[in-house]
Amino acid sequence: MSANKRDFTTAIWDFFCSLKLTISLLILLAVTSIIGTVIQQNRSPEQYLEVYSVTTYRVLESLQFFDMYHSWWFLTLLGLFSINLIACSVKRFPRVWKTVREPVLVADDTLYRTFSNLEEHLVNQPLPQVRDRLAAFLGKEFASPVVTVEGEKVHLFAQKGAWARFGVYVTHLSILIIFLGAIMGSLLGYKGYVNILEGSSIDKVVPRGGSEPIPLGFTVRCDSFSVSFYEGTGRPKEYKSMLTVLENGVAVIKDRPVVVNDPLTYKGITFYQSSYQPAGDAVFQFTVKDRQSGQDQNVSARFGQPVKLAGGGSFRVFNAKEDPAFGITAQLELTTAAGERRFAQVAQRAPDLDALRGGEQIFTLVEFKQRYFTGLQVAKDPGVWVVWVGCTMMIIGSLIAFFLSHRRIWITLQPVGGKTGIKMGGTAHRNQPGFELFFDEFKKKFKAEIS
Amino acid sequence: MATQQLLSEQLSNIVTIAYFAAMILFIAYLALRSKGVALAASAAAYIGFTIQTFAIGMRWYESYQLLGEHGRAPLTNLYESVVFFAWTILLIYLLLDLKYRQPSVGAFVLPFAFLSMAWAQLRLNAGIDPLVPALQSNWLTYHVITCFLGYAAFAVACGVSIMYLIKSGREEKSASGTSAGGLMAMFPSTRILDDINYKAIMIGFPLLTLGIVTGAAWANYAWGTYWSWDRKETWSLIVWFIYAAFLHARFTRGWVGKKAAWLSIFGFAATIFCYLGVNLLLSGLHSYGG
Ligand code: HEM
Repeated sequence: MSANKRDFTTAIWDFFCSLKLTISLLILLAVTSIIGTVIQQNRSPEQYLEVYSVTTYRVLESLQFFDMYHSWWFLTLLGLFSINLIACSVKRFPRVWKTVREPVLVADDTLYRTFSNLEEHLVNQPLPQVRDRLAAFLGKEFASPVVTVEGEKVHLFAQKGAWARFGVYVTHLSILIIFLGAIMGSLLGYKGYVNILEGSSIDKVVPRGGSEPIPLGFTVRCDSFSVSFYEGTGRPKEYKSMLTVLENGVAVIKDRPVVVNDPLTYKGITFYQSSYQPAGDAVFQFTVKDRQSGQDQNVSARFGQPVKLAGGGSFRVFNAKEDPAFGITAQLELTTAAGERRFAQVAQRAPDLDALRGGEQIFTLVEFKQRYFTGLQVAKDPGVWVVWVGCTMMIIGSLIAFFLSHRRIWITLQPVGGKTGIKMGGTAHRNQPGFELFFDEFKKKFKAEIS
Repeated sequence: MATQQLLSEQLSNIVTIAYFAAMILFIAYLALRSKGVALAASAAAYIGFTIQTFAIGMRWYESYQLLGEHGRAPLTNLYESVVFFAWTILLIYLLLDLKYRQPSVGAFVLPFAFLSMAWAQLRLNAGIDPLVPALQSNWLTYHVITCFLGYAAFAVACGVSIMYLIKSGREEKSASGTSAGGLMAMFPSTRILDDINYKAIMIGFPLLTLGIVTGAAWANYAWGTYWSWDRKETWSLIVWFIYAAFLHARFTRGWVGKKAAWLSIFGFAATIFCYLGVNLLLSGLHSYGG
């Protein structure tokens, strides 16, 4: 084992412990992350080739810029980041632990010299009396002191908020915990998407990026799907699927409405309302009244399909939409018995509309049926609670790190003839100006106490 | 829409004028060095802030008047967020002012608030519309409040950093080495500027963290993924990385002072890009700057 080798190991260790590395990594992560916000991620090669030339495409592809947040180089950066974090903590933590568990109870002159807040007095009282009074005073105004006797000198030490020193470590550990939660999620969970036709059910889901369907272990049925709009506008108000969960044919959750921002979770698998689409053609129910005879007939028509009418002629729905004020409106193309073409318009909430046309037949839209597929995102993420634990720790840890400080006060008493010499100093491990304000106030009371 | 202006909007016009007055007075203070002017500037800022607090509450109330049960906190579209941004900037500024009492800082912070208000009042759609399903969540409120308080703290830090660079640049140039005169005379010392910069970021960073976390919680709740590398999410993380670098730079020699000031300015540029640039120049899940 040569000295060179040890030097090399030390150099590596120092490299990983260095805060310069931390800053470089944070900035590198910030800069490289921009790439994925400028280049669309996870598109098909065809989509990329519409934008980039073949050469550019090849270069970007080989750099893994099309899925950069999962590229080897980005993950390497995150790995280095974690190693840096761990190394830094391993190096510093024992020292902090020692500071907290084995506080310096006795301040020597060297230590006193480092304090900007130093106070010296000579009081006309014997030492034991001063000691007791100051111990009581510290206990009342700050924290109960530890008393150490060293020869003829007596030392008092009191501290507050020692554990505030751990705030930074809580914060740093929280980052590793969040990483752990994310890794758990990607190894043990999946994300997928299902379309369920109204009235039908599913019991498997194809995960994103996979091809083999995963059995859910239960069945989810979509009883109905509906969209509603704010009155008088085309602004969507609610997308709602009514879901039923069945296990072995028995409904365990019934008629649970699932809307955006209110998902359904069963056995660790969550279903989120995500999209919808019409299934097949819409079906319209009409009453057609013959103006002369006054007779009604009921007909149903699929969108776009011609329908024959009793008494000759036919019609077809060629256009339909949802109107905020009139509900469903449809436009019809009529062919009379004589073969002439006419057009008619009906609206759900205006049943008399077609009577105004003055045609031989009067159409009234009675019912409109459109079946839908509801689109649900399916997610299973057993790591998510770990991530929330990490996030909570991060918030609490950084609040502690920023706003609390470890404050310490030392007092040394020394007999000088029948009198007692007092030396007092204090520090805070952060927010020194704030501590100084406190310490000035403390000194005033202190002077009042000893005089 | 040619509807009548809401009371909250009329109040916001007054707020815009108050912030403009405060900004001009703060700048005048640098030139005139008069305590009275500084006092008037602060008064304008406080009055504007008070009226704005009322205006935001009023808009909240008006949303219930207009939309009935669909009323909501006024934090749901670009107009409302820009107005709220101005309010948070004042809030953070006034809090730091209570501690540091440096009116010259106002000259570098109030412009952000005034420009936000002017943009919102003149160019953005102030209509109160009911929420589309994706935004119907209490998480929206928590998310927006925390993010914007964070952004505002960064705005203050940026203003102070600009002062730092101006001041330290002048001090280096003036051969005598004494504190620079002229407009610079009213600036706090570089040490205090550096300290305010740090304090503001210390306030902003946990708030941004909370903003990102509430956003992730909401995304998980609404879509089942707490993180999807959406552009807005990624940019907020970029901002977070920059300020994390700033905080660690304090512990490393050679990264304080000027470099820290530059980092703070870059951080705020990234913040603004995250807030507005992403929506205007890129596209993603977020429908507005929230
Ligand atoms: C490679 C990653 C990182 C390393 C090696 C690292 C290392 C350190 C070190 C050595 C300190 C100084 C502790 C002290 O002596 O008081 C520190 C402070 C701190 N770190 Fe990190 N850190 C890393 C990443 C992060 C990240 C991503 C955050 C974001 C939450 C963070 C939050 C903090 C905070 C809040 C402080 C206290 C800052 C202050 O007191 O001003 N660290 N870090």
